[in-house]
Amino acid sequence: MIKVDGLTKRYARNIAVDNISFEVEKGQIVGFLGPNGAGKTTTMRVLTCFLPPTSGRASVAGFDVFDQPIEVKRRIGYLPETPPLYPEMEVKEYVRYVGQLKGVPNSELDAKVNEACERCNVADVKDKLIAKLSKGYRQRVGLASSIIHNPDVLILDEPTAGLDPEQRKETLSLIRGLAGSHTIILSTHILPEVEQTCQRVIIISKGKLVATDTMENLNSRLRGAEMVAVELEPRGGDLAKETVQQRLEQVSGVSRVLFKEARGPRLFFEVESLQGRSIRADLARSIVSADWNLLELHAAGLSLEEIFLQLTGAEKAAPGGSK
Amino acid sequence: MNLVWIICKKELKSYFASPIAYGLMAFFALIFGYFFYAAVAIFVVRGTEMQMMGRSMPMDLNEWVVRPVMMNVSVIGLFIIPMITMRLFAEEKKTGTIELLATCPVTDLQIILGKWLAAVLLYAAILGISAFDLAILFLYGKPDGMPILISYFGLLLQGSCLLAVGAFISNCTRNQIIAGAGTFVVCLLLWVLDWVAAYDTSTTGKIISYLSVTGHFENFAKGVLDSKDVVYYLSLIFLGLFLTTRSMESLRWRA
Repeated sequence: MIKVDGLTKRYARNIAVDNISFEVEKGQIVGFLGPNGAGKTTTMRVLTCFLPPTSGRASVAGFDVFDQPIEVKRRIGYLPETPPLYPEMEVKEYVRYVGQLKGVPNSELDAKVNEACERCNVADVKDKLIAKLSKGYRQRVGLASSIIHNPDVLILDEPTAGLDPEQRKETLSLIRGLAGSHTIILSTHILPEVEQTCQRVIIISKGKLVATDTMENLNSRLRGAEMVAVELEPRGGDLAKETVQQRLEQVSGVSRVLFKEARGPRLFFEVESLQGRSIRADLARSIVSADWNLLELHAAGLSLEEIFLQLTGAEKAAPGGSK
Repeated sequence: MNLVWIICKKELKSYFASPIAYGLMAFFALIFGYFFYAAVAIFVVRGTEMQMMGRSMPMDLNEWVVRPVMMNVSVIGLFIIPMITMRLFAEEKKTGTIELLATCPVTDLQIILGKWLAAVLLYAAILGISAFDLAILFLYGKPDGMPILISYFGLLLQGSCLLAVGAFISNCTRNQIIAGAGTFVVCLLLWVLDWVAAYDTSTTGKIISYLSVTGHFENFAKGVLDSKDVVYYLSLIFLGLFLTTRSMESLRWRA
């Protein structure tokens, strides 16, 4: 459905997107991940024909974004990071206007406006001025206007930015509901959102493609080595951290034990497993059998930064390995 | 064409959703009312003077009232037009809504024509207010209707070409103040170019004064429809809109 081949976008002084290639198949939800300034928005702007590429090609539904922009635009629904709303318009007026611009025939217009508003839960504010709406509602109005013409491809630039957790959940389930009939690309820098919503991820960093893979593959690759945070204390008396460290290192599957800090009698460690080994159960057993109080033991989540570090590191070690 | 009209309607609504349209109309009604009153007062005073001197020269309402008032309007227009055009593109660029238009299946030309047409219609509505004053002339006298229509046509043409130039300037910046001020300066320049003709009769002087927007209005004010003036205005409209499309395109390449 979407094909990007060697796409490069150069601004006056810097390269925003550097030779990116990927493909998205029909009906997929693809997460477009990257830290701020990675080139997510620029790539999306090229796909929506807002910016021409400096070099390389991109096509949507078989139409080139540079040669047949009108055809591409007809098949795309796009929600920029800040929804492009006119504050002086009423919600239904605005959605209607976008529908007209997108070429929805007049006879279907009213039905489509109602449908889009229903689907995006903005039917209750249809007669309100956009200027009076809260951020969450504005986001949903933007989404409603981007699906009004039932586009083949939906491109959403940080659709959950600035929403509260409840709205975030709603928006994501809304997006999941849209999948199937639409191909969706959504950009974000929040990892759990991608895990919940997307089947595939494309990760870019500093304008370069870092990884493109299915969610499961990526997960197992990233979670290959387990990080476990451990908090324990001795049952009375003192306990040298070296003793604990030695004991933990002897647990099978442990590759590394890091001492983090001591708070009074309580000791904090971080334990890393060997590739593909689950060590939490063995760790717990070992600690309890040594007659220490196990206060806490949990798998430490990887922050997005760590994932990027891992991925960029892995790419350097095995170039092209994941492409 | 349909899309042009959709965009135009939306722009007109935006004008009337903000105080701009009402403010400009009020401003114009006030200024025009004053000029109209002054012109009629002069006409009446002169008329009685002539009668007292026993010379009954026929005095023409068109020549004594309509023509000077219309010349005034063509200058007032220079002040109104920047306020109409300044928001056209600058506002959308600032708030990011231009991204909506640019990613809809609409060509640049359709966007520009729609916005420009809305500006022209608003300007026509503002000019229309003056018709109330001129109607009074028909109530008490017998002015010639055709020259008045022609001068309105001229005002609209002149306005349209300055609105096209204003649209271009608004497209060059994302700051409404700069767009407004820039358009005002250009309008002013296009007006005063005419003054060169007063002291410079060389070819250069003629060329410069030919470029003046208000100079070409004089014939219209007299009620004379001269194709050379129409051609001048039409070509300036074309130039303004053409530059706007270019600027819109360069926006993408630079952005």
